[in-house]
Amino acid sequence: MEGNKLHDQASYLRNALFNQGYLDEQFLQLEDLQDEANPNFVEEVVNLFYTDSTRLIRNIELTLDSVPWDFEKLDNIMHQFKGSSSSIGAKKVKKECTKFQEYCKVGNLEGCMRTFQEVKQEHATLKRKLENYFQLAREAR
Amino acid sequence: MAKNGDFSPPLDPHEVHVLAVDDSLVDRKVIEKLLRIISCKVTAVDSGIRALQILGLNEEEGSVGYDEIKVDLVITDYCMPGMTGYELLKKIKGSSTFREIPVVIMSSENVLARIDRCLEEGAEDFIVKPVKLCDVERLKSYMFGEGRIQRQNANGEFNKTKLHETCNVSLPS
Repeated sequence: MEGNKLHDQASYLRNALFNQGYLDEQFLQLEDLQDEANPNFVEEVVNLFYTDSTRLIRNIELTLDSVPWDFEKLDNIMHQFKGSSSSIGAKKVKKECTKFQEYCKVGNLEGCMRTFQEVKQEHATLKRKLENYFQLAREAR
Repeated sequence: MAKNGDFSPPLDPHEVHVLAVDDSLVDRKVIEKLLRIISCKVTAVDSGIRALQILGLNEEEGSVGYDEIKVDLVITDYCMPGMTGYELLKKIKGSSTFREIPVVIMSSENVLARIDRCLEEGAEDFIVKPVKLCDVERLKSYMFGEGRIQRQNANGEFNKTKLHETCNVSLPS
């Protein structure tokens, strides 16, 4: 039956996200909060994250482009970004954020810029994967 | 502490009102949901200043804010721009009217010195982010556990801290 197939595909995608280290147990925590009253809670939180983090990414870009280099400001913005990533269980994104902050602390601009590319990449990859997953999960209902 | 002749209705989980303070949009949404799941009423704000306004603890002397709302617990992020969670904690604990309200601090950083500092200043608990359901469930004991029972008067009713009179709250500088 088509419904079961979709359901299986959604489960497969979801398991892959965990197995491949894109998501951690905090995502499970969000899933536990989803109920009949809030059937789209997880997706809402994730959408909120992506709206918010896009703004933070823009702020980082602007700050990286400015002189003199303001590592404290970069660190502060990244702290916020990392916090939100952590709250949705975005494991790989969070890891790259940590690396970025380490470069901030030693004032290594080149390291920051390089890691920032990784942050953006992981951020975009997860977005794509979650979008696919949520779409399938919705169709499977 | 403000005394009153009111008869407070017995505290019921559904009446517990938590003031959540966090500058992160995502975290506010999550903490709000977590608290609703344990049947609390939630007011979520994005700054310490706004939290003080909600409480009715204003910097302007003598003002009893029209949006002063009874709050049973404050849960606040530590790192916030402007007023930090620690500064908010100090303001609340430094107020004779509000110091009885339990304050819980949340932080993404598990730094012992920070935890100690908060507990010394009177924080009830310190939660390391990301916040989970089990963390929030633990809060119930501050809201209607032993801490609350101590504040019951002879009639077995809870004293609400309420601002009736003009507030001459002296805040620490």
